[in-house]
Amino acid sequence: MARRTAIVATGQTHHRSIRRDVNGQELIREAVTRCLEDGELTIDDIDAVVIGNMDHFEGINYVDCWSVDGSGGFMKPTIKLTTGGTTGTTLGIAGYHIVASGAFDKVLVIGWEKNSESDTTGAINTAFDPVWDRPFFAGAIAGLSVTAQSYANMYGATAKDAARVAVRDRRHACLNPYAHLRKEITIEEVLASPMLSDPVCLLDMCPRTDGACAVVYAAEGVAEKICPQPAWVLGASSRHMFSYACDADFQGGSLFSMQRACPDLYKKVGIKEPLKEIDVIEMYQPFSWAGLIWIEDMGLCGKGEGPKLVWDGVTDLGGELPINPSGGVVSTNPIGATGLIRCAEVALQIQGKAGERQVPDVNLAIATGFGGCLWTDLLAYGKKKPE
Amino acid sequence: MDRAAIIGIGQTKAGGRMKDFNYAELLYPAVVAALEDAGITIEDIDNIVTTSNDFWDGRTISSMATGDVSGAWDRNISCVEGDGTFGAFYGMCRVLSGVYGTTLVTAHSKGSESVSPYITNAAFDPIYVRSLGLDMVSACALQARRYMNRYKISEEQCALVSSKNHRNALDNPNAHLQLDLSPEDVMSSRMVCDPLKLYDCSPVSDGAVAVVIANEERTKKLGKRPAWIQAVSFCMDNYLLGDRDLAECAALTKAAKKAYETAGISDPRKEIDVAEVYDAFSYQELMWTEGLGFCDSGEAGRLAESGATRKTGDIPVNPSGGLLASHPVIAAGLIRIAEAVRQIRGEAGKMQVDKDVRTALAHGVNGVAGQSHCVWILGKE
Repeated sequence: MARRTAIVATGQTHHRSIRRDVNGQELIREAVTRCLEDGELTIDDIDAVVIGNMDHFEGINYVDCWSVDGSGGFMKPTIKLTTGGTTGTTLGIAGYHIVASGAFDKVLVIGWEKNSESDTTGAINTAFDPVWDRPFFAGAIAGLSVTAQSYANMYGATAKDAARVAVRDRRHACLNPYAHLRKEITIEEVLASPMLSDPVCLLDMCPRTDGACAVVYAAEGVAEKICPQPAWVLGASSRHMFSYACDADFQGGSLFSMQRACPDLYKKVGIKEPLKEIDVIEMYQPFSWAGLIWIEDMGLCGKGEGPKLVWDGVTDLGGELPINPSGGVVSTNPIGATGLIRCAEVALQIQGKAGERQVPDVNLAIATGFGGCLWTDLLAYGKKKPE
Repeated sequence: MDRAAIIGIGQTKAGGRMKDFNYAELLYPAVVAALEDAGITIEDIDNIVTTSNDFWDGRTISSMATGDVSGAWDRNISCVEGDGTFGAFYGMCRVLSGVYGTTLVTAHSKGSESVSPYITNAAFDPIYVRSLGLDMVSACALQARRYMNRYKISEEQCALVSSKNHRNALDNPNAHLQLDLSPEDVMSSRMVCDPLKLYDCSPVSDGAVAVVIANEERTKKLGKRPAWIQAVSFCMDNYLLGDRDLAECAALTKAAKKAYETAGISDPRKEIDVAEVYDAFSYQELMWTEGLGFCDSGEAGRLAESGATRKTGDIPVNPSGGLLASHPVIAAGLIRIAEAVRQIRGEAGKMQVDKDVRTALAHGVNGVAGQSHCVWILGKE
């Protein structure tokens, strides 16, 4: 690595279904201000801005240019990235590479979305090929439910198993003052909630959220001066396996891109036994079933063993490997910010600043991103500087 | 900081409506050409950065259309939304970060499937400005007037730029428009938006481009004709047109200054051998040459008249014909980089400027009326 790089400051908005009190730029500014305060920085300390969202949600072209008043990018280098649901982690990975390259010492990374201004499913459908995919692709919920059906069929998992994941994340969210949905739910309530797309019910699914998140990445030598415990980036990996939804292999519901990205990341970071070595995971888990299937794809347990791991409490706060102590995506989902919130939350865990949702003694944490056409982004952060 | 170089370039011939190709099919030949040009295969590519724009492509994850043909299967990939020069910056960072040895950067645009006034209108504030009906052309017309008024730049001087670039494009096999236009032809073309006449404006083109960027180690191993990246710098001005001084390009001036500092250039007019700049409109080439420090503010009209920016002049600008001849949005800036690489290699054919090119400049723009600029300095060394 050219230069070791770390997250040194984080900030996010209080997330809601509709933030009528702010426009997009003001929403962004709220996260940026909170982030700069966290690092005791001013906007003058920032060398460059990296920003992203999904354009068709708010209907604003050239968001990098439009967002200046909120981002603080005036007369600064500013660049936009977008990869759909993975946008937030894509931004996190960009902040890391840009600082590590030596181009800038301190980079402000911003993910945001004002979902209340969008027709979420309508916009998501435009992501897909207009000739081959769009006529039958019925949005993210239906696509995900196909993976759940396939998984349930192959491994015998039940809606109750999935509900246990939603109950876990929603319980965690009550400990997170920024989370959108902060109300505990029961397995019975999940199972009785309206069916969206069999087997996925309303309470299995993530909400649509207005929110923004900002983090500052800094280079070795600068990072230690900004905060006593930087969250060092240990490695990152991305896989965009498919361009067409009709290419995807739904057999067994596995997330193929996750299966391919994880070995790449584990090799870069030197992880051999993920369940033992990883201390906390913030997973971009857009619906409860992913909390069963994708932990298998990450190699935390064997295929079909996800439900047992979850029922045994291994992934609960207080368990061996807590997943989504923040409440995760089923509690809060401002899409372009969602992946970056995963990065910010694991940084808080490493810094020991996660308040009531703190996992004790976090040395190695993983943030994941999901989006595009069943794509995966991964980032590993650690307490100790990488070799 | 480690060093990086561009070791491969590939381009398609830009054109009008290319009905036979979708985005992927449009881009694929450029990717193949870039790999062939570098003398490598896709196996030598460690990671990929695609560039695209969701509005121009009519897809909210526009990068999804071109991952396959950029060789992204089972490789690390990322996607920049904006001009190709910005995507190439990130591609360079990914090799300089020490994580990857090579990056393939791709850009495509199929403007023929879009309606430019609607797409660019969506770049304006949705509440206060959009309903005024501003689009890229009308906003740039405001900028042209402001700039021309302040510095007494004449329409004839702008027409000189357009004529020069269109005639340069006659030598560019990849150009969309190949028109032998005199300044009088430009002056007599129909008014589009006062003071911009038809030939003051770039066309909306279909086209694609790909480049391969490598770190020092891989360049030495693979690169037969590397163009070394001496500096990249970018900077963004304010958003609302009323918050900006439209007669000036402060963001470009700042980006250029930083790039020159990094590259150790003190007198750009003398030290830069050729420049490929983002001339979406004829007046913009004049403004940008001032912002790049090739002459003082307000002097670019006279610089053009002197012939200095012609292919035979001392500071040739857009020997490829620039955007006035081909403007596949998003790809346009990356094409500037590819053209600069050709000049450094001495492989620009009839476009080759009449001197030993040691240092070349490429320039890209994001947003309306040059809100955000990216400056690249490439060199033989």
